[in-house]
Amino acid sequence: MKKILTLLVALILAGPVAAQNGPLRLTITDGVIEPITFAAPVFQAENAEAAQVVNNLNRLVAQDLSGTGLFREIPANAYISQITSFSQPIAFADWRAINAQALVTGAVAVNGNQMTVKFRLYDIYSGQELGGGLQLAGTTAGWRRMGHKVADAVYSRITGEGGYFDSRVVYVAESGPKDNRQMRLAVMDFDGENTQYLTDSSAIVLAPRFSPTGDRILYTSYESGFPRINLLNVANVGRQQLQTAPGEMAFSPRFSRDGGSVIYSLSNGGNTDIFRSDLASGQYTRLTSAPSIETAPSLSPDGTQIVFESDRSGTQQLYIMSANGGEARRISFGEGRYSTPVWSPRGDLVAFTKQNAGRFHIGVMRTDGSEERLLTASFLDEGPTWSPNGRVIMFSRETQGESGTSSLYSIDISGRNLKAVPVQGAASDPSWGPLQP
Amino acid sequence: MNMMTKATMLLLVLGTAACTNPDRLGGAGGAGAGGAGADGALAGSASDPTSPAYFNQAIGDRVLFAVDTSTLTPEGQRILDGQAQWLLTNADYRAVVEGHADEQGTREYNIALGARRANAVREYLVSRGVPTTRLEVISYGKLRPIEVCSNEACYSQNRRAVTVLSFSAITS
Repeated sequence: MKKILTLLVALILAGPVAAQNGPLRLTITDGVIEPITFAAPVFQAENAEAAQVVNNLNRLVAQDLSGTGLFREIPANAYISQITSFSQPIAFADWRAINAQALVTGAVAVNGNQMTVKFRLYDIYSGQELGGGLQLAGTTAGWRRMGHKVADAVYSRITGEGGYFDSRVVYVAESGPKDNRQMRLAVMDFDGENTQYLTDSSAIVLAPRFSPTGDRILYTSYESGFPRINLLNVANVGRQQLQTAPGEMAFSPRFSRDGGSVIYSLSNGGNTDIFRSDLASGQYTRLTSAPSIETAPSLSPDGTQIVFESDRSGTQQLYIMSANGGEARRISFGEGRYSTPVWSPRGDLVAFTKQNAGRFHIGVMRTDGSEERLLTASFLDEGPTWSPNGRVIMFSRETQGESGTSSLYSIDISGRNLKAVPVQGAASDPSWGPLQP
Repeated sequence: MNMMTKATMLLLVLGTAACTNPDRLGGAGGAGAGGAGADGALAGSASDPTSPAYFNQAIGDRVLFAVDTSTLTPEGQRILDGQAQWLLTNADYRAVVEGHADEQGTREYNIALGARRANAVREYLVSRGVPTTRLEVISYGKLRPIEVCSNEACYSQNRRAVTVLSFSAITS
């Protein structure tokens, strides 16, 4: 995979810089239902070559923001003022009159295959710029990334939280009938664009997981004839089978938070337990030893604890133990079965799959098991993964019956804004990577 | 960071772990690649008691399980008695026991559940005298259903462990 873009980010010195906690601030809580309104006039083309890209770039920024459900765009035909220069003074009253709370302006220059994008964000009601202007530089082929970066900056300045638009998702691309499904790994931008296939479909692959920096992917493959864990280097698509603890089947891998080791399940003699292997030394440690099924381990952000699923009580439930193993405490106590726990990037929540009364749900609970909330319900939802900022969960949804297929969906942890991720073809097992540098 | 370099050295390169179950003579429920169908030329004729086709069809290559269990039913045990007898008589064959689950469950849990089912079959066959060296287990979880509807009629057929024969010299 070629490196498309090196981003250079620089503050534009001109213009007043508003305090970090400007008056325009959307504090995201469960109660937020009124989106922030924004106007995003087409960016200025600073030269003729840029004219072709300004509209696409501007639409991408608007689409990223509107797609969160937290922002609503004021359409261009409502504008009173036009923006004709990136440095012109803003007629705040004109934007106030059309109820825009935020204004995003930008300018683009293209030179051959290089481009620069500048943008500013204005808080219309306080009549001030929010944060300094930013300039991004990269290749024209990487224009989408620059648009995502602009949207991330806007999102971040208004919400006070990190964004998630300039990020990638690795998943299993599926084709073929249910009883002969072909599966291969693919990676795409968070919005379904720029799909690249990482493996062919000659062997079953499942549950890919990005490393914390997004440079590597762990996944389960049947390439050797048996389920084993593979490690794939994203840059050159080279892949290797991981040396695990000795066992018949290894699956359900996840990186440690420092990317240096792997926690996973190993099945031997019909019994499945959780292990950790150090990538550098190959040394392994057994973390559970129970006759029940222990699987789907996920580390806390500080790396000290592991949440996992076990049927030691008779049905699948969620447990937390030290990252070194030992005693585990059960955290799920509701009706039904709980599985595939994933610790949130902020550390406060665990996302999970829940199966109850013939339906599947994606839900979240606090790490002590309290405040369980089910976000979705369908015939089959499974495998949640967190956006880099911990605000959105992506998951697989499979439809029922003979023609049943799997696709990716995302939903806010508030339970709002459920939407299908526009992936080419059927897809499952998403893993959301980090914000790109 | 030279972490990657170090890791690379300690990892097995793919391809050295070549397919460990060649020449599979799988029945229709066999999920692995390369398995010949029960009616395929490799499987022979079902009327020949020494043929894999006889094993697959007359004895039965699979046993079924109740929801979320790996307990062998009396019917399952009867089939496995037949399998064990056949394997003891036809000592040139090895077998991979494939565990499967229905779609009601998450992928990872179902792999672990399929492993339990495959192992239950292996243990039973071993208890009937089949050398453990001739048996391997694998689980496909819910990834390889043979029936595709989303109700119990299909689910009951998908909750299975299939004994897939392969022909190879036993070296140990």
